[in-house]
Amino acid sequence: MESILTINNLTKKFGYLTAVKDLSFSINKGNVYGILGPNGSGKSTTLGVVLNVVNKTEGSFHWFDGKTSTHDALKKVGAIIERPNFYPYMTASQNLKLVCKIKGVDYSKIDEKLEIVGLLDRKNSKFKTYSLGMKQRLAIASALLNDPEILILDEPTNGLDPQGIHQIREIIKEIATQGTTILLASHLLDEVEKVCSHVVVLRKGVKLYSGRVDEMISSHGFFELKCNKQSELVELLENNKIFGKIKVKDNLVTAFLNEPMNSEDFNKFLFEKGIILTHLVQRKESLEEQFLQLTDNQKN
Amino acid sequence: MLRLLNLELQKLLLNRTSKILIFVSFILPFFVILLSSLKINVFGFFTLELGELGVFNFPIIWHLTTFFASQFKFFFAIVVVSMIGNEYSNKTIKQNLIDGLSKKEFILSKFYTLVFFSLVSTILIGLISLCIGLYYSSYNEFSIIIRETNFLVAYFVKLVGFFSLCLFFGMLIKRSAFALAFLFILFILEWITFGLIVWKFDASIAEKIQNFFPLKSMYKLIDQPFQRIAMTKFPDKAELAYDYAVHWHEFVIVICWTALFIFLSYRLLKKRDL
Repeated sequence: MESILTINNLTKKFGYLTAVKDLSFSINKGNVYGILGPNGSGKSTTLGVVLNVVNKTEGSFHWFDGKTSTHDALKKVGAIIERPNFYPYMTASQNLKLVCKIKGVDYSKIDEKLEIVGLLDRKNSKFKTYSLGMKQRLAIASALLNDPEILILDEPTNGLDPQGIHQIREIIKEIATQGTTILLASHLLDEVEKVCSHVVVLRKGVKLYSGRVDEMISSHGFFELKCNKQSELVELLENNKIFGKIKVKDNLVTAFLNEPMNSEDFNKFLFEKGIILTHLVQRKESLEEQFLQLTDNQKN
Repeated sequence: MLRLLNLELQKLLLNRTSKILIFVSFILPFFVILLSSLKINVFGFFTLELGELGVFNFPIIWHLTTFFASQFKFFFAIVVVSMIGNEYSNKTIKQNLIDGLSKKEFILSKFYTLVFFSLVSTILIGLISLCIGLYYSSYNEFSIIIRETNFLVAYFVKLVGFFSLCLFFGMLIKRSAFALAFLFILFILEWITFGLIVWKFDASIAEKIQNFFPLKSMYKLIDQPFQRIAMTKFPDKAELAYDYAVHWHEFVIVICWTALFIFLSYRLLKKRDL
């Protein structure tokens, strides 16, 4: 697969504080990646290093095949870091014109990209008159100007109202369906879960996991069950090797699988044992549960 | 190079404040010189015409106009300092780098801009001096006209040097107001150091060393012309004589400072985490 970004043993120290420690991962074309981690886990620092605004302490990284210089590679990248940064006294289209000049893109792209983010009718308003949501959408338009190979978004929905968050997510999903590689840094797990296929999990600058979202923890999922003969059900499950941990909360029984099993076979098995379910759900852990499990495991 | 200049010009010319300041720093000296060359009737008592004093004679006019025009450089210094300060306060410097501008290109785009404006200013002053000179001057031989046009070169080098210093202070301090304050502090520091050397050694050594200081070396490129005008009026008074010419070593000192300031600005940006 074509590689877009490769990071090898990257370390960044701010004085005595190590923000990123020995981080390695690579990003391939066509996938949607999420960088997950609580606040202060080194997400933005990592992005800052690869985007040429933060100096690395040790390690290396290279864009694409490693033959282009970082600033030339960045002309093929679209990135938004934290807050939208534009010249307040210029209008939206003047700001984008400036970006075109830096990236060497034709001006005709400006209207096209403003259309995508729904700002075409406000293109001649000064940037300082924009609301935060509009500023963020303008930032996305600016990042898309060069039809980037990869779009990097750092907390794109930070500080937005629900409507703004929804708009931004729709735009991101739209871009993802067109096959653009996306790298999304966020501490909002549901956001990552909704759009990403791969994740890198960071905590205190250390990588805990990188790979596919659904392979994050080796788990076969669990059943959520309800029935009228609860004690019999629990006893049956506890004596079965297929099931590991059994949790009972009020009248909901949660049974974790040790090996794969589909709900049809399971239902049949219980029926044969004389237990009739009133509620059966087979689920995998949500990203949030997986994330907490992963960060908890590493603590111990 | 044109791309970088174009980039910076867009940033400056769309900003109303810097547009006004640029206008003031380039057009104002132009008009002041033009007005001073006109015959002014002071309330009907007497007419003031500086041209009759012989100050607009070639080659002294080159000296006089460049000296006066360089006093207006402070307005553009504010522009230079604020064009760095604004990049930091709007965080657009970060966005520029993310968009694919290298740190070197960033500094170069600022440098090209200040060279560009210095050049425009030099050409404007050159043209107006030439016109006024041709109108008033008693000597119109070509060889006399082009004598001492090196004051124009000195004017250009002086502006570039001074603005580079402003650029460096802007990069160092990131806040426009503080950077301008630092410029003033540097001015005071130079005089304090001068005073200390006079006190410890003697005045002639102090003056020689002082000519190497950044602000003083820029000032020294074009010496004050008043004494020279006085000299032409009283040619027999030997104590008025002084060395007003532009010397190559003065150029070298200022060019060295310019190179140093630009290099340090680049180093500073390269080392800094934004």
